[in-house]
Amino acid sequence: MAEVKFSEEHEWISVDGEVGTVGITPYAQEQLGDVVFVDVPAAGRKIAKGESVAVVESVKAASDIYSPVSGEVVEANAALADTPGDVNTEPMGKGWFFKVKLSDKGELAGLMDEAAYDTFVKGLG
Amino acid sequence: MDRSQGRTGGIASGTSTEPTTFTGNRALQIEEPLIFEMGQPGRCAVDLPEPPKVKERLNGLRRAGEIGLPGLAEPQVVQHYTRLSQKNYAIDMGVYPLGSCTMKHNPRINEKVARLPGIGDLHPLQPVSTVQGALELIDRLAHWLKTLTGMPAVAMSPAAGAHGEMCGMMAIAAALDARGERVRRKIVLAPESAHGTNPATAAALGFTVKPIPANERGRVDLAALKAALGPDVAAIMLTNPNTCGLFESEIVEISKAVHDAGAYFYCDGANFNAIVGRVRPGDLGVDCMHINLHKTFSTPHGGGGPGAGPVVLSAALAPYAPYPWIVKQGDAWTVAEDGAAVDGKPLGRLKAFHGQMGMFTRALAYIMSHGADGLKQAAEDAVLSANYVMAALGDIMTPAFDGPCMHEALFDDSFLKDTGVSTLDFAKAMIDEGYHPMTMYFPLVVHGAMLIEPTESVAKEDLDQFIGALRSLAERAKSGTAVEDFKAAPRFAPRRRLDETLAARKPILRWRPTNSFKQAAE
Repeated sequence: MAEVKFSEEHEWISVDGEVGTVGITPYAQEQLGDVVFVDVPAAGRKIAKGESVAVVESVKAASDIYSPVSGEVVEANAALADTPGDVNTEPMGKGWFFKVKLSDKGELAGLMDEAAYDTFVKGLG
Repeated sequence: MDRSQGRTGGIASGTSTEPTTFTGNRALQIEEPLIFEMGQPGRCAVDLPEPPKVKERLNGLRRAGEIGLPGLAEPQVVQHYTRLSQKNYAIDMGVYPLGSCTMKHNPRINEKVARLPGIGDLHPLQPVSTVQGALELIDRLAHWLKTLTGMPAVAMSPAAGAHGEMCGMMAIAAALDARGERVRRKIVLAPESAHGTNPATAAALGFTVKPIPANERGRVDLAALKAALGPDVAAIMLTNPNTCGLFESEIVEISKAVHDAGAYFYCDGANFNAIVGRVRPGDLGVDCMHINLHKTFSTPHGGGGPGAGPVVLSAALAPYAPYPWIVKQGDAWTVAEDGAAVDGKPLGRLKAFHGQMGMFTRALAYIMSHGADGLKQAAEDAVLSANYVMAALGDIMTPAFDGPCMHEALFDDSFLKDTGVSTLDFAKAMIDEGYHPMTMYFPLVVHGAMLIEPTESVAKEDLDQFIGALRSLAERAKSGTAVEDFKAAPRFAPRRRLDETLAARKPILRWRPTNSFKQAAE
């Protein structure tokens, strides 16, 4: 069972072994509205926790996506170029952004579990 | 491009079942090429004499290729631009309900006055003695703006709304500097629903922007505002009526709290058109406010003319008004540009010359042709129109907040929930009905926002047809049988749904010659 963690910037990461799959949360896609464009990092790119690594653009706004962990991108979701709406319909499924090989699994401890994230979102009103 | 071969089967033919034409045109929907794709290279519309033979003095630096100007006769040029002009949707063609933008009718008397020889032919570098009437005109407009806002001073030169914001916030920064508090007071508060220019202006001047949440009524949350106020706050930037089309009913308490905290109150005057003649911002405790002349005083909008954003200032900020000041000395008007001539500490210049004279003329023509009672009625009619729209659509679309509203009616997309139709689809379908869509997805605080501003000048029967079109679209969206039609909209426009994201991401901003063009030029 993969472990799913959440960041305060509304990214989720599902970790399976050394590799984490990253996307944005249902709350984030709801706030953005209809997503029309996603720019994901290329495989091989070294990324740092908190670094702006992707861009998601909706009918309302363009937003940076920050990596919840450090590591190396191993796969980007190329399908989002043609079907960015997947981010709205399946934010935690087909709408994933990229997969990253974690360089420091200890960073996961600084993220929230689902219950903590739900509480965090409720606190945002 | 060789057009003798026809365009049959081209973009304009639409779906395969529609009849096609040789030209690709569909009656008056002309497939207009770029001007570079027309005519013949080398053709010249003017009969020029052969240039005299001259000794070359370029030391061998000659053009390698053709200059590449389009080769067209005068009628072709006239026809090209006339056809292009007919492709535009404009306030002079129909209802233009673009909320927050105030697509206000431009009365023709404004244009007549602006073209009078004594006004239209002026040059800003003329001697001051020859432009006394123009300076008096600026002063007359300034007097009206001060009177209508209840403010003691006005800076006339800012070139547009955002420039006016910059001017006002620079005056606030200067006043804080004079108090020795510029460094300490670095926070500017702005409601979540603020125009994007507000936080952008504050940030550009080095302030830190802090958003203030709205309450469930769509107004500023007074308690949250009071909690955010402190000795580090420079100002609040607030639009009233706000971007949800609602009057900030606690505005007096807000301004008092802001002033008690030692901060200034910047009012974004973008929506002044809803209250002009009814409310004087000066009475609400406003320290400065820009006035978009195109929104409230009917000067042309957007590409139709340059902007003008005069800024009214309270007594506390008046000394910082930028140059030039139009001052009367004895019987003569002068343009004051240095400290000796003014009683203040001006910011310096924010713009060349005196401001947008052409817009001043039109705004004053509007004001004087309406009079105080007419201005008030225009504001009231704008509010009445918006409330009529909200009332007529409130049962089938979903108003974002309880009314009454001010000059614009705001709906959210909850009436489209589970229909498969989005705000974007709904807006595109309005194009098929012959309307420019309303503002969509703004303000950001409302989900799938649709912001409709009918303005005061749409006749009731025209507004009724517009309402009928929206009711029809809402019914079809809810019927669940027309999702594909909505997704395909616009279906009757010269072009169908465009890839706006691709256009924004990879814009093609210039034409490049094709090989056939290059060959023809050789």
